[in-house]
Parts: sequence; structure tokens; C-alpha cells
Amino acid sequence: MGAQLRVYTQKIKSAQTTKKITRAMELISASRIQKAQQRVAASGPYSRAVTQAVSAVATFSNVDHILTTEPEKVERAAVVIFASDRGLAGAFSSSALKAAEELASLLRSEGKEVVYYLVGRKAVSYFAFRRRAAEESWTGETDQPTFETAKAIGDAVVARFLQPASEGGVDEIHIVYNRFVSMVSQVPEVVRLLPLEVVEGVEEPGDHDLLPLYEFEPDVGLVLDSLLPVYIESRIFNAMLQSAASEHAARQKAMKSASDNADKLIRDFTRLRNNARQSEITQQIAEIVGGADALSSSKK
Amino acid sequence: MAELKVSVVAADQEVWSGAASMVVARTTEGEIGILPGHEPMLAILAKGEVRLTVVGGGSVSANAEDGFLSVSQDVVTIVARNASLVGS
Repeated sequence: MGAQLRVYTQKIKSAQTTKKITRAMELISASRIQKAQQRVAASGPYSRAVTQAVSAVATFSNVDHILTTEPEKVERAAVVIFASDRGLAGAFSSSALKAAEELASLLRSEGKEVVYYLVGRKAVSYFAFRRRAAEESWTGETDQPTFETAKAIGDAVVARFLQPASEGGVDEIHIVYNRFVSMVSQVPEVVRLLPLEVVEGVEEPGDHDLLPLYEFEPDVGLVLDSLLPVYIESRIFNAMLQSAASEHAARQKAMKSASDNADKLIRDFTRLRNNARQSEITQQIAEIVGGADALSSSKK
Repeated sequence: MAELKVSVVAADQEVWSGAASMVVARTTEGEIGILPGHEPMLAILAKGEVRLTVVGGGSVSANAEDGFLSVSQDVVTIVARNASLVGS
């Protein structure tokens, strides 16, 4: 019986230790969400401004540019996946990877070859485990992304996009990331960056502004050349920030439920331990009473 | 008098926003001055200083690098990867 008691005590201790860790992670994530959300908000004006400019060019000029025209035949598509560096964030990484797999099988069914660009250690290890090749990967700062990384990713994919398909270039660029909806909801989102599909925030020309004719300096081609990489970067940076905020939120939620589960385990095991202790005591009393009876009856 | 609604935006934050009566910026083609009523325009910025004449007196300068300038209906947006105000 004593053994049973020890087993329960051990289990309670282990649940308590786990709870300490999960509680600490929960608090850390909770404090970082605020900051991550602020960064998403702070990057808003930039991406809005860039998007407006891109939509201005796309709407008010009819120039043919490699970045805006649909290629006749798409041979290869690049998919950039934004996962996390560390686990213990619930379904965060796996939902992004699942969305990416769905996208990849869709692209393959359309006869396109898929090349991957990975962000976050979890995505890298997912690919390494399945012995799949990825073009390039970036790890180490998914929880606090910097603009330099966004620029590096943007440069890599745009350079690949500008290569002709016969030399291994890609004709499409997709990104897959977790969009931060709220503290309890993060939705995996698939967006096609290039060729430009939906230009958000296009303002339909109202009555008062009859199609403003934009003047471009030095000229439309050059403006597009320098504008679109900036647009891609800002979209990628935004995706990284959204993904970081989502990661913290997902981790906080996962760690909160882990702490709650640990609480429940501790409570249950404490009950069992008390039971075990009580039955041990009962048995000891029974033994003593039995022994005393035996002694007193043998004296007679 | 008409005024320009100006915002100077860097990649990670909004550097300055407010009303100005004139904006002088350096594009790849040379310096350009923008007054209210300017036609819609998109220009690539060269490395250099952007000077804003604020409505109600005073002026603000900002260093902008790697960006562009858009003008549309008296809304001027200066977008740069790196932008910072020059000591006010």
C-alpha cells in the first residue's frame, strides 16, 4: 500500500513541475502578444501606402510589365511557408503546413512544379523528416521578425521570379501564413503574391475624380520595377508579423489549456493519494485491532 | 488655402504625418517641389532629404532612402524602407 502512495506523490510532483513550465510559457506569450500586435499595427501605414501606390499603377496605367501580366503557361510555382521556430504552440505550425500541402497538391494537379521557401525551424524539420528539398530557408526569428529578413526573402523570390522558366525560374509566388484574427482565432491564409491577383484597397473612381492620370517619374516601367519588389517585401513582412502575433496567441492558448490540464491532474491524483493513504490507515487499524484481539483471546 | 496631407512612412512605423503647404523631395530625376493641386504622380526617391513646410510655420526634414513618393488629390505619401526625421 505504501508503494501506491509513493506513485501518486510522484505523479503529483511531475504534474506540478510541468505546470510551472507551461504557466511560465503562457505568461511570456501573453506579454509578447501585445508587442507583436503593436508591430502589426505599426507596419500598417507602410503596407497601406505601398498597396495604394501599386493599385494606382495597376489601375491607372495600362503598361505591360512582367510582374503584372499573367504568363501563358505556368511551369513552376514558389510557395513560401511561414511556420514557427519552436513547438508547443498548438496547431500553429501544422495548420500552416497543412494549408501549404493542400495548395501544393492543387498546383500539382494543374501541372505545375512546386518549389518551397521555408520560414521557421518547424517547417524546415517537417521537410527534412520527409526528405523533401526546399530552395531556401530562414530560421531563428519567427517570434520577432525583422524587416531585413523580409527583404532577404523578398529578394530571393523576386529574383527567382525574374528568371526565365527555362532556367529554373518560377512563374507564380504564393505565401502561406497564419493570419491573426483575434486572441482565440488564427486562420491559415493562402495568398498569391505574383502575378498580382487582387490588389487590395483599389478605390473605384468616384464622380468627383475622373480617372486621375498618374505621372510617373522617371517612367512607368522603372517605377513598377522598383515598386513591386517593395510591395512584395511589405506583404512578406506583414505576413511575418501576423504569423508572429498568431504564434504567440496560439502558444498562449495551448499553454493555458496545458496548465489547466495539469491542475486537473494534480487534483485527481491528490484525491487518489488521499484515498490510498486513508485505506492504508484503515488497514493498519484493522491489523492492530486484529492483533490486539488475538492477544487478549490467547491470554484467557 | 489648400494644404497637403503628408505622411512619411517607414517600413516599421509612421515617421511623421500632418498638414504641409509644400513638400520638396529628391527623386532620381532631380529635386521636385510639390504644392497643393499637384497632378497625381508616382516617383522613385533618390537618397536624400525630404523637406516639408508645415502649415502654420516651421519645417520638418526627414531622411528617406530606398523609397518612392506618391501624390494623389493633395495626399502626399513618402514611403521609404528607411526613413527618419532629422533632429527637429
